[in-house]
Amino acid sequence: MTPLEGCLLLSALLFAIGLAGTVTRRNAILVLIGIELMLNAANLNFIALWRYGPHPEALTGIMFTIFSIAVAAAEAAVGLALILAAYRHFRTTNLDRMNRLKG
Amino acid sequence: MIVAAVNAGSVDQVFVLAKHALLARTPDALQPLASAIISIIPLLVVFPSLFAITTVLERKGLGRMQNRLGPNRVGPFGLLQPAADGIKALIKEDVVPAAADQLVHFFAPVIFVAAAFVAYAVLPIGRNMVIVNLNAGVLFFFAVGSVVELSVFMAGWSSRSKYSLLGAMRAIAQMISYEVPLVLASVPAIMQAGSLSTVDIVNAQAGYTGIWPHWYLFTPWGIVGFGLFLIAATAESNRSPFDLPEGESEIIAGYFIEYSGFKFALFFLAEYLGMFATSALGITLFLGGWSAPLGISLFTVVPSYIWFFAKLLGFICFFIWIRGTLPRLRMDQLMGFAWKFILPMALLNIFVTGLWRFLPASPLNSIRWIVCAAVLAAPCVVLSMSLKQKKKLLIRTYHFAE
Amino acid sequence: MTATFLILAAITVAGTAAAMGLRNAVHCVLALTAGFAGLAGLYLYLGAQFVGFTQIMVYVGAVAILAVFAVMMTHNPGEPEEIFSRFWVWGAVIAGAVFLTLARAIRLAFAPADATPATPAPSTTVQQIGDALMHRYVLPLEIIGLLLTAALIGAVIIAMDPKDDPTLEEDAE
Repeated sequence: MTPLEGCLLLSALLFAIGLAGTVTRRNAILVLIGIELMLNAANLNFIALWRYGPHPEALTGIMFTIFSIAVAAAEAAVGLALILAAYRHFRTTNLDRMNRLKG
Repeated sequence: MIVAAVNAGSVDQVFVLAKHALLARTPDALQPLASAIISIIPLLVVFPSLFAITTVLERKGLGRMQNRLGPNRVGPFGLLQPAADGIKALIKEDVVPAAADQLVHFFAPVIFVAAAFVAYAVLPIGRNMVIVNLNAGVLFFFAVGSVVELSVFMAGWSSRSKYSLLGAMRAIAQMISYEVPLVLASVPAIMQAGSLSTVDIVNAQAGYTGIWPHWYLFTPWGIVGFGLFLIAATAESNRSPFDLPEGESEIIAGYFIEYSGFKFALFFLAEYLGMFATSALGITLFLGGWSAPLGISLFTVVPSYIWFFAKLLGFICFFIWIRGTLPRLRMDQLMGFAWKFILPMALLNIFVTGLWRFLPASPLNSIRWIVCAAVLAAPCVVLSMSLKQKKKLLIRTYHFAE
Repeated sequence: MTATFLILAAITVAGTAAAMGLRNAVHCVLALTAGFAGLAGLYLYLGAQFVGFTQIMVYVGAVAILAVFAVMMTHNPGEPEEIFSRFWVWGAVIAGAVFLTLARAIRLAFAPADATPATPAPSTTVQQIGDALMHRYVLPLEIIGLLLTAALIGAVIIAMDPKDDPTLEEDAE
């Protein structure tokens, strides 16, 4: 097992854990955290392929990861703000209870 | 490493040479581990000792400012007070509330202390005396500094107490608000040196024109940047006048209310270590690190680490002085100050640094000084006038029941 | 597959699995922070220093704090609730299927003859990253600036309490 293969398998495992959490947890914040985990798994993929792939001097993997971290942080901020606004309306963060469109 | 040791005096490099001598005696396989341990042990010895000295200095200094003697029972002039405090902290019973979250409650001080110590890894204490010369040293420092906020939250939340949670929320809000100006205030120094490595930044300030040093403090953007850095560093360390989260008369120690004995001592230690680390970074960025203030031979013969600790002691005395002088800021005043004054000034400072770099360096830098100082002074005046309290204070009238 | 990599991978997987499995939401976020720290360690192990420090600064120092604040503000102690939804079996099956598919694809992609000699870590300086950001990637940089500004303003407006909103008019009772 080469180091690259190990990193890719680890990133697949992290992605699967994030996906499992997103799909099964009821708390809206933990769903968002699962999405952040999936983004992180993709970042790990980028860095591993940058390190062990051809042309690491082009810095493509690092650049993509930097932008991905920035976008993920912005998305987490907006997502949590949305959850706060939804909590103010529904009085709960349980996604199974947020099942009506009418206020 | 050894290259520059030949040029500098051997007193200056005594620690570097001692380390090389010790390393030469260890077997090859163990050399990286031995090198790491030899570099870290002085750090673990010196800075907690500095912490002990600072506690007694602070209590005596504050006492004198408040027209009273500080502690004067233990040892001559009370100088052995830290030993008494240490023994007290160690033998006190460690009370953990029954409703507290045990694991998180235990790890909060550990993470705080670990983060505070790790931040010293990139600070150059003397010529060739830095634990690890990272290419992104300043970024590493700020990254480790941001771990502290998490440990503050862990301490406040795990105690399951209203006071500690409130104190923790206030502390985190304050630390996050002042972290952005802290980073932005250090950007001009990074811009001028052209590198994120602390060693490169210090080396860029180590020259002298005649006898005047090339410190970044002696430039208009350096003065403003240093001032902003000082204010943000005071707020980041929760020192007065920004110590609302832990003021004793306010919230009875805030987020570490429920900690007693050794864990309280660890929090105390970690807070002061954080203060020293941020001061050391300020010294590195603006005050030329370990270089002497004037280029005369009387000063340059003094070893570089002596200058570093002299400057650090100056910072500590300044912090103690400020604590004894200024009243505490209210939470909304604190946040307003950060977002409406410090942040715009820090952004303007970055712009002025660019201006400084591209204006011609006439004799005595007069054109650059006038233009940059004018561009900085006018918005400073405007911003501070806009932050003034609009309410006029009326003379208080008392209505008693007649 | 050195010991360092295995330890860092173990920390990351343990942290993230705990983050998705624990009952208390604050414990989940703290375990997630450990997972992020493990990932930052992995980035440093792979030689991407700038990204590793940025990961700590942004994720551990900002996103985790944000999540913790959100958990605190939406804390509803009254209702004892299930932590997993009713159809958690299907979620686990889907996640397992995704992982197995990806793992099989990765395994198949690496033939046994692919054992390339370990290349030394490329030494990237911050200077090179800065050059790339300012020359080749300047357009994404500017767009990220706009995106972050929009996200900042948007998050503040969305999360603002309607009572504090100065633009809403008071109801005349």
